[in-house]
Formats: sequence, C-alpha cells, structure tokens
Amino acid sequence: MNVTIVDYQSGNISSVINSFTEVAKGKVNLEVTSDIKKIKSSDKIVLPGQGSFKSCVDSLNSINGLVDTLKEFAMTNNKPLLGICVGLQMFADVGYEEAETKGLGWITGKVARIDNKNGKFKLPHIGWNEIEIQKESKIFKDIKNKSHMYFVHSYEFIPEDKSVISAITNYSSKIVCSIERDNLFGTQFHPEKSDKIGLKVIDNFLKL
Amino acid sequence: MLKNRIIPCLDVKDGRVVKGINFVELKDAGDPVEQAKIYSDGGADEICFLDITASNENRETLIDTVRKTAKECFVPLTVGGGVRNIQNITDLLLAGADKVSINTAAVKNVDFVKEASKKFGSQCIVVAIDAKKVSDNKWEVFTHGGRNKTGIDAEEFAKKVEENGAGEILLTSMDKDGTKSGYDVNLLKTITNNTNIPVIASGGVGTLDHLYDGIVKGGASAVLAASIFHYGEYKIKDAKEYLNSKNVSVRL
Repeated sequence: MNVTIVDYQSGNISSVINSFTEVAKGKVNLEVTSDIKKIKSSDKIVLPGQGSFKSCVDSLNSINGLVDTLKEFAMTNNKPLLGICVGLQMFADVGYEEAETKGLGWITGKVARIDNKNGKFKLPHIGWNEIEIQKESKIFKDIKNKSHMYFVHSYEFIPEDKSVISAITNYSSKIVCSIERDNLFGTQFHPEKSDKIGLKVIDNFLKL
Repeated sequence: MLKNRIIPCLDVKDGRVVKGINFVELKDAGDPVEQAKIYSDGGADEICFLDITASNENRETLIDTVRKTAKECFVPLTVGGGVRNIQNITDLLLAGADKVSINTAAVKNVDFVKEASKKFGSQCIVVAIDAKKVSDNKWEVFTHGGRNKTGIDAEEFAKKVEENGAGEILLTSMDKDGTKSGYDVNLLKTITNNTNIPVIASGGVGTLDHLYDGIVKGGASAVLAASIFHYGEYKIKDAKEYLNSKNVSVRL
C-alpha cells in the first residue's frame, strides 16, 4: 500500500512523518511529497496542517494542480484521506483566522475562533483533553471513549451537518475534534503527538 | 476537560544529559534519548530539553539529539536554549521538535517573537521568562540564566509577548529555582491573571504539594520540574496520582 503525506511547505510536519513512519514500518510504503503524480497513484493521503488557516490554504493553492488532485482523490474517487488539525479545518467552506479565507469546501461549515468566554478559557487550547465519541468511526477502532488526545489550536471547525462529527471534546463548549464521512477523515487533535493511543489512530487509518 | 500537564525537563550539554535521571539502571546515563523515552513511557505529558551548551559550534549535536528523540517519543517535545534566530527554529522543528522556547532573544527584541509566531504558528512558540522579585508584587525579567538585569517588568513583558503571538509562557522564578521550597505562587498568580495564554510554572519544586500549589493556587496550566523526577524521589506517575487524589485533573 502507498500512503502519501502531503508536504506543501506549511509548518512543521516532522512529527507527523516520525509517527507515521513508526506505525508504517515494514507494512506500508510511505511517501512525503507534493508531487501530483505520486499523490494520484497513492492509496491513501494524509493532509497535515500547522500555522494559520490562511497560510495553509495559501500554501495548498500555491502548488499547481494540488487542490484539484486532492479533491478528485477524496471527493470523486472516494479514497481515504485524513486531515490533521488545520488539515481537517480546511475541509470547511470558509475560515476566519488572520482574514476571511475560502477553504476547500468539502464539508459545509466554517472555522471560527473558540469562544474563550471573556478570558475564562486560555487560548490556544493546548494539552491533553478527553474525546467523547459521537458515532462509530473506523479510525477509533479499539479506542475507548474518553481517551486522552493532544490538542493545540485556537480555532474550531463547525460543520453544518452534525452527522459528520465522530467525536467532540469539551473546552469552553463542545468542540468538534474528529469527523468521518465515507472515506473522509479528520482530527482536530494530533494523533502523532498523542502517545500510544494516537499511534493507534494512525494504525487504524493505515489499516483501512 | 483539559488536563493539567506535567512536564519533566532535562538539561542537555553537548548532547549529553548533565542533570537527569539518576535512579534507574540506564545503559548510558548521559543519553538524552533514553531518558526522554523513560519519561514518555512513564506518562509525561510533554518533554522539555534545555540546551545549556555554551558554544554555538555544538548546535549540530543538539539537533542530532532532538532528531533521535523525536523518532522514539510520541508526545510533544519542547527545546530551549540558545534559540536566537529563525534559522535556529527551522533547524529544531525540522529535527522533530514540536515547540521551541525563546528566552534572551525575545527580551532583546520582541519582534522576533512576532516574526517567529507568524512564520511557524503560535502553537510552537514558547517564551521563557526568568523573573526575580524586586519588591512586593513586582518582578523583573533577567536573562543569561539570571545573571543579567534588564529593568523590564515581568508582568508587562508577559503581556507584550502574548500580544506578539507567543503561544505559551514558561515562567521561572529565579529566586526559587534550585531551592526546592516551591514555586513563587504570587508571581504565577500575577502572570496567569493578567494573560490569556497558558503559563507553565517552573523553578522551586521540592514536593508533590508544590505541583498542586502551582496549578491550584498559581493558576498554571502546566508544571515543569527537573530534580524531583531526576533523582528518583518521585515518578511522573506518583505526581499524577497525587494530584488526582486532590481533585486536580490529570491524564492518567
């Protein structure tokens, strides 16, 4: 199996590479690239994302043909794609970090700043929080409800269709922390930084 | 609910741990990778490396240490010490660090914090503030491991780094550091009450009660400690079980 981590020059993806490499060892052929041909011929795609919504979208758009290739892969051909953090957020129509920015528009919804209730909640939301599983998800196979995952973000994805939400976490309000729709997956938390339980999420995705 | 984090810190010099775990049978007591792994396997919520290498020539050694550690530890790794420019940050992040902590360079030029957080995202920029008490409820920022006075008020500076995009503040009390008499709770309270980003408490931990004070009385989001873990007085697990027994939520 060929799995591609999309390297589109957006932030620090070393940890994503390290964790996927650890789990993929000897089982999966892992590529880290923005090469359109390689992405097209992959079986699965991982779309990481760090920094702001705007900077990630700008970086994706700066690589010729990348957005269309990803769309064809995930939406037309329905092949498995996992977005992590801003990688998930970009599925939305629009994001409001830095400036109003158009997203990929794969899942109707927006990305807005977490309501910190007048400073009662510190932002970024950094650290380990429990996930509350909302529906069965293939990437949560053998993962217990209320497991701890590592988060670091100030913005949240708010999808219109709540049925895509596979888990939420509690921080000032119920924040979407993972979604699943057909073969489209996304986590707001960082499985690559979430210890053994995070590696299990990665393993589940690679085993799909 | 968001859990309070416990972060063990390892002092690294020329790629070797100089203040580290002394209680387990290590194959190589100076190997930072092995020690970081023990902490991460033991439930540490993050790992912090503080590079105290004096010279710039050995920067490559640190990068190599980070690279090896990141391949074996799957919890966040923060690296501080000698971070002076964008290139230093790029090198550390590419090697596998998740966050970098900036100290002297942030005091010298707060625009550096802005530039760094804009380029890499606030999530990976920690500003380390070393503060010393100057009068009642007043603390001054010091640099170079507490040797150099700056005349800058710690509370003002904390607000300033927040405005400039710091994602977290690592706050060390120079008065308390190494004393094992507990965090400077008033300093912590002053900074946590006047900023809206997470604050990591550092300097002075001698007992598990001190960790409790840092979180509950000081308002810290995370507690950093070195010697109580290194010398085997307590394991990370002991600290977590203790805090949990006192109704402080931690990741167990």
